[in-house]
Amino acid sequence: MSASDSSPGPDLATLLPGTLDCVHCGLCLSSCPTYLETGRETSSPRGRVYLMRGLAEGKIPLAGVLAEEAHLCLGCRACETACPSGVPYGALLEQTRAAVERAGLRPTWARRLERLALRGIVPRPRRLAALMTLLAFAQRLRLDRLARPFLPKRLRDAHALLPLVPPASQRRRLPAFTKAEGERRGKVVFFEGCIMPELFGGVNRATLRVLVQQGFDVLVPEAQGCCGALQAHSGDLETAHELARANLGALDPGDVQAIIVNSAGCGAALREMDHWLGDEASRVASRVRDVCEFLDEAGLRGALLPVPGRVAYDDPCHLVHAQGVSAAPRHLLQAIPELELVDHDDPSSCCGAAGTYNLTQPEMSQAVLARKLDSLEPVDPDMIATGNPGCLMQLRAGAEGRGMRAEILHPIELIARALPPSPPS
Amino acid sequence: MATLPLSSSGAPGASLEDELRQAVGAEQVLTRPEDLFVYEADGLTHHTARPRAVVLPRDKTDVVQIVKRCRAHGVPFVPRGAGTGLSGGAIALDDGVIIECARLDRILRIAPEDRFAVVQPGVINADLSKAVAHHGLFYAPDPSSQQACTLGGNVAENSGGPHTLKYGTTTNHVLALEMVLPDGQLVQLGSPTGSAGGYDLVGAVVGSEGTLGIVTELTVRLSPRPERTETMLGIFPDVVSACRAVGAIIRSGLVPAALEIVDRRTIEAVEASVYAAGLPTDAGAVLIIELDGPAVAVGRQVERCQDHCREAGASEVPVARDEAERQRFWRARKGAFGAMGRLAPDLYVHDAVVPRQKLPEILEKICEIGDRYRLRLSNVFHAGDGNLHPNISFDRRDPDEMERVLAAGEEILRTCVEAGGVITGEHGVGTEKKEYMGLLFSEADLDAMRKLRAAFDPDRMCNPGKMFPATRFCAEANPKARGYDQVPFG
Ligand SMILES: Cc1cc2nc3c(=O)[nH]c(=O)nc-3n(C[C@H](O)[C@H](O)[C@H](O)COP(=O)(O)OP(=O)(O)OC[C@H]3O[C@@H](n4cnc5c(N)ncnc54)[C@H](O)[C@@H]3O)c2cc1C
Ligand code: SF4
Ligand code: SF4
Repeated sequence: MSASDSSPGPDLATLLPGTLDCVHCGLCLSSCPTYLETGRETSSPRGRVYLMRGLAEGKIPLAGVLAEEAHLCLGCRACETACPSGVPYGALLEQTRAAVERAGLRPTWARRLERLALRGIVPRPRRLAALMTLLAFAQRLRLDRLARPFLPKRLRDAHALLPLVPPASQRRRLPAFTKAEGERRGKVVFFEGCIMPELFGGVNRATLRVLVQQGFDVLVPEAQGCCGALQAHSGDLETAHELARANLGALDPGDVQAIIVNSAGCGAALREMDHWLGDEASRVASRVRDVCEFLDEAGLRGALLPVPGRVAYDDPCHLVHAQGVSAAPRHLLQAIPELELVDHDDPSSCCGAAGTYNLTQPEMSQAVLARKLDSLEPVDPDMIATGNPGCLMQLRAGAEGRGMRAEILHPIELIARALPPSPPS
Repeated sequence: MATLPLSSSGAPGASLEDELRQAVGAEQVLTRPEDLFVYEADGLTHHTARPRAVVLPRDKTDVVQIVKRCRAHGVPFVPRGAGTGLSGGAIALDDGVIIECARLDRILRIAPEDRFAVVQPGVINADLSKAVAHHGLFYAPDPSSQQACTLGGNVAENSGGPHTLKYGTTTNHVLALEMVLPDGQLVQLGSPTGSAGGYDLVGAVVGSEGTLGIVTELTVRLSPRPERTETMLGIFPDVVSACRAVGAIIRSGLVPAALEIVDRRTIEAVEASVYAAGLPTDAGAVLIIELDGPAVAVGRQVERCQDHCREAGASEVPVARDEAERQRFWRARKGAFGAMGRLAPDLYVHDAVVPRQKLPEILEKICEIGDRYRLRLSNVFHAGDGNLHPNISFDRRDPDEMERVLAAGEEILRTCVEAGGVITGEHGVGTEKKEYMGLLFSEADLDAMRKLRAAFDPDRMCNPGKMFPATRFCAEANPKARGYDQVPFG
């Protein structure tokens, strides 16, 4: 690496204004999982912002501690909701990671793996579907388990997280249009996501079912694609921007009330599309709503059936910290008869999934997950609800590892369970 | 990175850093330049000094080892908690080593019947109250930074908080301490039952700003949660009338749990932040009043406080409708400092105490000083204690502004001292105010303090360069400056 790679390029100067918002008060420290784990100022939000400012002011290089910290950071943005000064941490992190990527400062294996996955597969529905078919096949024949011992450690970790790929019949995309049931209350676009239909088709179908039952026409534009969040988090802003631009047209058919998302990570990225693409994206960005947020705003109509059980709701970081949604899912769950919402400590702290973090930083990811499970375990819930695919996988793997009996679900699945059966069409 | 000086007194050839790595594990010793860069400041950003290394002990034996190695190499050391201190106390001068206690974060024992808890110094203040809540108890000192600051830091600074008015500062809540003295000895001071006989060394260590040793365990008092708590907002047209209400409430014999004033500029900043609580942005000042105690009594006191506020000119005195709203008020109050960060890159949080009856007049003077130096100054403070926090928003990169900030700060302190006040209420002296100690203490007063320090740390190895003025000659030192002859404290 040449010296110029680590000197702040002209675009790094754009880091400065955001870092200047930090008055070094430290109120964010205790919200930061990596600080709580290490006790190191360098691994705290305040320390990272200080490093970024140091970089922008030419006081420290990008290579070394800052590059490492940019990736040890979970990107959970808990520091943003703790910061009274409004430091735009998420945006600063994204720019720093992009700089790390441009300077080629990450370990090659991590870059290769992410490039392959995030450029070559995830945003390409056909390839992703083909891979899932292959995986489903391997899982059915247990070939994957046979292969496990021969996999490199990191892939083994990844394998442990992967849920059983559902059969092909459940991995179909949703119909382009579904008509509202009963009295029509409006029309929405539903954003399916890329991983969701493959691994969490059930959640998508539940979402569609609830929206339609609640009186909304649902459009699922075929041209929609991956939101770009994972790419941006890994430092590949170029691909992220490309994907966002493609979605801009696809998600904006004109006269819909809202663009509904059920994956917190995707929702955050779509909501902040205008940060990437400027004002042209604000029309789309401003209409993005998390499914629970939308339903809570609209109000659930009709009686719900009981879903007996004790439920712990765990906030996905990109819902509570990036989108500011925390009351809505709880409201909806509380509306379900015989469902008891139980409290656990720190529901808004990260579970350690953080996009591809559990693959690239397995140790810290496990430590953060352990804290989460420590708070959930004593409550012994029947169900744990959380609205993000990464968190669903992480918590499932974690709970299974500890022998917890809780079923891990998306809140919309619980709402779908509480709906009366559809009228015969 | 500059090559590190090898010590003459350590093992031949082994650097202090190597010895530390060996003693506590390489992972626990940070020495890369960028690691050290982030430790160059605490909450006071314009005083910086880079440590030579940062060490993270995992238990008290680690602390003993670290202290012994540093001593052997003649290298000073500085304990650090969360680094939220506002007087430069946690930075390492003289190329010292920072002993970062944040990971000593275990609550060791809770004794609900005897109402005390034994904790490690890195436990976060708010976490202790959370952990004992189910026993109906809480830890009373509640600095606004309580969500982040550590109990070790609280002890060192004798921190207060909004509820100091009724419950006192940290010193009223520490029963016993275990600490590593600057010579590496582990000692126990005080006892969980309170008085232990002998000198009150716990009292000496509380507020010693990390200059007497490193606290490794604290036994603190837990207080029973009051039966009823009510919080209300007096909405005032200006700060001066809010101060009048404070005077009237105190004179009437009421002892509220908290009396906090937030001025207009602060309200605006808070309401624009994540801590927004619906405070009226068109008010000149808001007085937050909290009353707690037996349910019947509190009910009556609420009405009396409301009356006092109305008489002093409050347009409205709404009471928090529920616990959630009450928490929002406090989050807003406690996020206030940080929220000021929205106005400029840096914030200088001043801290001085004046006799309560002089609050209105001093506040006017302080605002005048701010205006005269063309600074953005706001006030949010513990009015019940007369503990002022004039906040100045500035940009440390602008040398001219920096100079005006410092000049204004000095004038503010002098004004407070002349009015019979003191130079710090709760943030400590640190590096920030050491040269102002002479405003308040005579050379003989300071010598008495130096002797105490020398009894613990004759070689000044533990947090050197703090609290005591570098220059011995202080022409102005004079008890009259403290107003002992005119104004009774309290
Ligand atoms: C937003 C904000 C609000 C604040 N509000 C208040 C308030 O309401 N009231 C108030 O009193 N203060 C307040 N403060 C100041 C600060 O939070 C307190 O001084 C706090 O006690 C510092 O704790 P810390 O863990 O951050 O300590 P640090 O800043 O890390 O250290 C402070 C001092 O403690 C010493 N120290 C730390 N650990 C130990 C140990 N184990 N043994 C011996 N010495 C040790 C250090 O050497 C240093 O001298 C506020 C600060 C901020 C940023
Ligand atoms: S995003 Fe999460 S891990 Fe990163 S600094 Fe903020 S709180 Fe810490
Ligand atoms: S809370 Fe905000 S202003 Fe305070 S240190 Fe953290 S990032 Fe900086």
